[in-house]
Amino acid sequence: MSTNATHEAATRETTIEADPNLPTIRIVRDFDAPRDKVFRAWTDPELVVQWLGPKSTEMRIDQWNARTGGNYRYAALREGVEVAAFYGSFHEVRPSERMVQTFTWEGMPDGVSLETMTFEDLGDGRTRTIGLSVVENLESRDGIMASGMEVGVYEGYEKLDALLAEG
Amino acid sequence: MSEDRLSRIFAALADPTRRDIVARLSVGDATVGQLAAPYNVSIQAVSKHLKVLEDAGLVSRSQDAQRRPRHLEAEVFDLMTAWIERYRRQAEERFRRLDAVLAAMDDEREPTINQGAAS
Repeated sequence: MSTNATHEAATRETTIEADPNLPTIRIVRDFDAPRDKVFRAWTDPELVVQWLGPKSTEMRIDQWNARTGGNYRYAALREGVEVAAFYGSFHEVRPSERMVQTFTWEGMPDGVSLETMTFEDLGDGRTRTIGLSVVENLESRDGIMASGMEVGVYEGYEKLDALLAEG
Repeated sequence: MSEDRLSRIFAALADPTRRDIVARLSVGDATVGQLAAPYNVSIQAVSKHLKVLEDAGLVSRSQDAQRRPRHLEAEVFDLMTAWIERYRRQAEERFRRLDAVLAAMDDEREPTINQGAAS
């Protein structure tokens, strides 16, 4: 659908695709940094902790062994208290190209998704990341979309929830 | 429960016949008989699909008591767009923090990592 977006410098903002027939979420984002660097920001826990967590909460990374066969666990904190935790395994970490991992929110321990992240060299020191999440069924996918994956409060939530309550 | 409602909407739209019904109602209101005509199914089966769409709040019945044409609730689709947009904005916020991390890495003048080396 957005396969011809390679030269659209203006479409730098995140795009999301949720196929109505498949339990998937596809997230695409371009970065003004070379592929090796973007990959490093995704694999070095000291860098990951600076951006991965939700905005309104602090992050704590317990494990982030971003190598094939490695594992991870991280938690979102609010006022020092853990409000959500996530864990999984790194199925494959192919330097600067690809990361495949499982993902579970501990609040729903039976749920697991498979996340494939592809790092695409766009030239001129730019990189496109393509994240594909595959979950168990459409209901789970829709639940993830609805919750925004994170348990934290997000600006605009209240407004939207009020709108939903009206309907 | 708003999330239940969203799940009902997505579930209702997961079926191709129901998506087709929605597409046809987006052109204009139609009766059950009119909606059933192009399909190789009974009016009863179409009614069942319509019930799912009605329960999800996607379709309503118009006032005309005799024909009871079905009407598409377009605002519900705006709502879904809003949910997806909210999710997208969250991802975008996260990636903007990553932009900042990447910019800071620039300043550090990182040593080049030898990716070609066997590890």
